[in-house]
Amino acid sequence: MIKKVTAPLTKEQLKDLHSGDDVLITGVIYTARDAAHKRLCELLAEGKELPFDVKDSIIYYVGPTPAKEGQAIGSAGPTTSYRMDAYSPAMIAAGQTGMIGKGKRGPEVIEAMKQHGAVYFGAIGGAGAYLSRCIKKAEVVCYEDLGSEAVRRLEVVDFPAFVIIDSEGNNLYETGRKAYLDSVK
Amino acid sequence: MREIDSKVITKAVRDLCIEANSFLPEDIKARIQKACDTEPWPLAKSILGIIKDNYEIAEENRVPICQDTGMACVFLEIGQDVHITGDLETAIHEGVKLGYTEGFLRKSVVRDPLDRVNTGDNTPAMIYYNIVPGDKLTLTVAPKGFGSENMSQIKMLKPSDGLQGVKDFVLKVVEDAGPNPCPPVVVGVGIGGTFDKAAFLAKKALMRSTDVRNAKPFYADLENELLEKINAKGIGPQGVGGHTYALAVNIEEMPTHIAGLPCAVNINCHVTRHKTVEL
Repeated sequence: MIKKVTAPLTKEQLKDLHSGDDVLITGVIYTARDAAHKRLCELLAEGKELPFDVKDSIIYYVGPTPAKEGQAIGSAGPTTSYRMDAYSPAMIAAGQTGMIGKGKRGPEVIEAMKQHGAVYFGAIGGAGAYLSRCIKKAEVVCYEDLGSEAVRRLEVVDFPAFVIIDSEGNNLYETGRKAYLDSVK
Repeated sequence: MREIDSKVITKAVRDLCIEANSFLPEDIKARIQKACDTEPWPLAKSILGIIKDNYEIAEENRVPICQDTGMACVFLEIGQDVHITGDLETAIHEGVKLGYTEGFLRKSVVRDPLDRVNTGDNTPAMIYYNIVPGDKLTLTVAPKGFGSENMSQIKMLKPSDGLQGVKDFVLKVVEDAGPNPCPPVVVGVGIGGTFDKAAFLAKKALMRSTDVRNAKPFYADLENELLEKINAKGIGPQGVGGHTYALAVNIEEMPTHIAGLPCAVNINCHVTRHKTVEL
């Protein structure tokens, strides 16, 4: 069964999201990669406001290709998440509740997710052309000088993802592999 | 002596950058299709279906398959009877610049690894020259994504590590990579040469069609054995569990020193892109 998730993602919604769930995300999410995270966390460290409302936000780790005429955005699949591990605990402590990326997360991120309440969604890496179709609108919020790495506000409809790690720390990368291997024993 | 104008090379590089980013090679498509048909794990199967839909959408709409349109790796095989008029290296970079700007591709290159300012046009290209007999010039552009590049490793094994050492290292690299490099992947392995040559061989292995096995039966068998062992790990596409982690293992080998056994593993995601023209 596919679960519908609306963004912003409230802490109330987190309780119903479990590792392995197939979800479709609809609403407003933000993009940020390495360079933008570095700047956002510098602001947090200085006690300053972020350029967007971080409370209950979902951040999608993506650097899209330029949009062609008639497109809201170019190809837009996830980038590898572990590069954001240095920044995610501070962002989660500041109120972020969702991350969309691909690949493993470090123990410090999972600890922050359990402590403050957040989930990690996986989108299909390399499916940039497919996923861009679920993004209806994109506008730069800040850091335009970073080009593809600027922070963008995205309006998404039925964006497909899986819950990889839920707010209790259950991890599909561990359980999915084990379940498959048990099935072929 | 045959003359080739460097402007012809610029145009060819431009076109190859754009085409390679929208059209997946036929052998990779066939392997993804086969994996869709045979993958036993339901979630893995549905992911492979989306991966197939994705390259079909890219092809139909001429948009990039993946948003990481890569660093442009350009391989030239230059016939020794070819004379190029104009500045070859500038011509190649110009082709990359035109391809990435006119083709709506992402500019993913920074001018310095530590100050990290984007060059704005995806230059410079990574260029590999090879001088060969004849009067032809063969040009290959392979946009290399870094999600998978980052999961690549090299190790200077000892001669006593032998075949088992090579197998263990390849399997370790795959285990370390896990879900990160957008599996299903193609695994390029370079064995022998020097430190740098082994890494080059691993990249060169990724340029070979996955329909073609290593010409030496010993290495062809090793390719098949490693593919089977990698998929038996159960990591699956995108790391969610399942059979399909690697679509192929390609090995290239060359002579090496009496004291060494260099081994490099270059991982490529399912968007294993390369396109070649002969000028």
